[in-house]
Amino acid sequence: MEGSVAYENDLNLEATELRLGLPGTDEREEQTVSNVRNNKRPLQVADEECGANGKSNTQNETAPHAKAQIVGWPPIRSYRKNNFQPKKSECEGPGIYVKVSMDGAAYLRKIDLKVYTGYPELLRALENMFKFTLGEYSDREGYKGSDYAPTYEDKDGDWMLVGDVPWEMFITSCNRLRIMKGSEARGLGCGV
Amino acid sequence: MNYFPDEVLEPVFDFITSHKDRNSVSLVCKSWFKIERYSRQRVFIGNCYSTCPERLIARFPGLKSLTLKGKPHFADFNLVPHDWGGFLYPWIEALAKSRIGLEELRLKRMVVSDESLELLSKSFVNFKSLVLVSCEGFTTDGLAAIAANCRFLRELDLQENEVDDHRGHWLSCFPESCTSLVSLNFACLKGEINLGALERLVARSPNLKSLRLNRAVPFDTLEKLLMQAPQLLDLGTGSYVPDPSSEAYNRLKSAIQRCKSIRSLSGFLEVNPRCMSAIYPICANLTFLNLSYAPGLSGNELTKLIQHCRKLQRLWILDYIGDKGLGVVASTCKELQELRVFPTDPLGAGNAAVTEEGLVLISAGCPKLNSLLYFCQQMTNAALITVAKNCPNFICFRLCILDPIKPDPVTNRPLDEGFGAIVESCEGLKRLSLSGLLSDQVFLYIGMYAKQLEMLSIAFAGDSDEGMLYVLNGCKKLRKLEIRDSPFGNAALLEDVGKYETMRSLWMSSCEVTLGGCKTLAEKMPSLSVEIINESQQMEFSLDDRTVDKMYLYRTLVGHRKDAPEFVWIL
Repeated sequence: MEGSVAYENDLNLEATELRLGLPGTDEREEQTVSNVRNNKRPLQVADEECGANGKSNTQNETAPHAKAQIVGWPPIRSYRKNNFQPKKSECEGPGIYVKVSMDGAAYLRKIDLKVYTGYPELLRALENMFKFTLGEYSDREGYKGSDYAPTYEDKDGDWMLVGDVPWEMFITSCNRLRIMKGSEARGLGCGV
Repeated sequence: MNYFPDEVLEPVFDFITSHKDRNSVSLVCKSWFKIERYSRQRVFIGNCYSTCPERLIARFPGLKSLTLKGKPHFADFNLVPHDWGGFLYPWIEALAKSRIGLEELRLKRMVVSDESLELLSKSFVNFKSLVLVSCEGFTTDGLAAIAANCRFLRELDLQENEVDDHRGHWLSCFPESCTSLVSLNFACLKGEINLGALERLVARSPNLKSLRLNRAVPFDTLEKLLMQAPQLLDLGTGSYVPDPSSEAYNRLKSAIQRCKSIRSLSGFLEVNPRCMSAIYPICANLTFLNLSYAPGLSGNELTKLIQHCRKLQRLWILDYIGDKGLGVVASTCKELQELRVFPTDPLGAGNAAVTEEGLVLISAGCPKLNSLLYFCQQMTNAALITVAKNCPNFICFRLCILDPIKPDPVTNRPLDEGFGAIVESCEGLKRLSLSGLLSDQVFLYIGMYAKQLEMLSIAFAGDSDEGMLYVLNGCKKLRKLEIRDSPFGNAALLEDVGKYETMRSLWMSSCEVTLGGCKTLAEKMPSLSVEIINESQQMEFSLDDRTVDKMYLYRTLVGHRKDAPEFVWIL
């Protein structure tokens, strides 16, 4: 497959020019930047968008879900890579899928609680998914420092703050998640 | 010096311990060669196929400690098929038949079978130390043999190996008479452990200085072990999920207070983040902290912990620490020499990941920094130039931008100037890994400035053969070069074939070298072994102008190896 890929063989004289100056003192032409783009071999990826596309950075335009998987990249020992997916592969039985809503968001998401080993991982995943930041958790004041509070509906139909009960208890009693925003969220943690 | 009798030179040579120096000494003259070889106890073989057991045994009859490395480095990232090679058994077989009194064996990326471990355990009466790093092929049965038969075992250190865990009782195989353990590290084992046997073993090992547990060891056992071993220097917890209201947790807190010698801490494979405060008392004296297998902490808890660690010299963490967290490290850990930041989520991009900002903060706050492994979302030339100015002492600089051809996001330029600044400023740089968008220019700088460089890793970089040529011509001390997915071809490969005899090895995968080019090289340099690793079975031997998937070449004293599998062609 990769044997038949052609790329331009520019002379690129500037690159062979020996300079005694410090790196960074001589600005490179715009032209050589586009040479770089054209000479670059396409990555061995499934994502078709990554073809040479002029000077603009195609990587920025790639949607998150189309992130391509390159063999052996990033260069992390396979032992370490495998270590962080154990929950997914050792999962016996179905996952615990719950709906996640975010105040102000157009649509809901669903996540599998079994995939996470604890609150920090879950909260990081929620932050990534909805692009927001949570404050610091404390027993007394809940999530201080941000406009958001993660809550869940438990088996009794009550809305509880995420993080109060032990993790195992949480995942078995959580029906759905809701990320509250604004004054409603701030009121939740206060002991008023 | 030729007039000095051997008895005078021998004690002098005893002071020469480094491998490099010993190798130099042996080249001076025949009599020095002879004295050196009889007095040599420690031998390092960086590529197990560069020589053979028979030559080792013949030259160094006094051998006590052997270090062997097998597969090429890129095997760590699944680029080398499993059965490529690197088998330990022939070495043990040959050593066992000889009169060598092996005491220590350190292996990296080797295939270690249970048979070889068993033979090892039975063949060397004084065997003391086994260290396996990134190896595979063995099960807990092999470990049981080591435990049972090595009566004077001091060290069993397993780092990041793929072990088939038969959930056996290998720990129970240490006999009651075994009291010599100094170091026990089984953190990479996935299976259950006989906890009672572990407790008894620790209790009867008064010299135990290093103990690293696996995930299966629960908190309650940890607490008991610490009570037994307050003399520990190095602790790796297994699972750390205490019930904060339990008696065991209170007992741990007082046990920790008694462990005044702990300088190195790792583990927390499962963790209750609310209970990290129990650890704070030992933080003040820590010099090495490895939380790179602890995804269960939040960035806040991690930084709170680090704030107590003012004497830290080496820190391994996950990138959820964030740039701000790195700022805390920079203002707290003024003695920091080595930093490794691994990605929490290797495949995705996260909010919590680190960028060039964190690295700049570290460089400003930690002037002693000399070793870096940094996985990040992005990097800028400006940041690298600043880092180069702040930290001119880098010996090892490995930067991995998770998106492999990402340019400087501010200027949209390649990162040539940034890396150029690093190599120019860090005159002692021995190891470098590049990433991001890079043209031939960066290789020009590397060839020009990186005069001490010994190992270079290149991925998705460069425009033409010129790039590779700059490196081959300029880096006189280059020993290991590994390249993937870069447009370097036959012209670069064949320009100076003699160069490869001065190096340990060259790896090129998904580049532009052809089968014909490799054949030419093999023909010209019979002292090299040129291997083509061909998994796709598409290649026919006669089609010289097809590009080669993976090529690995290395210098060798013993010609082509006989144990190569079908998919490896040695030209």
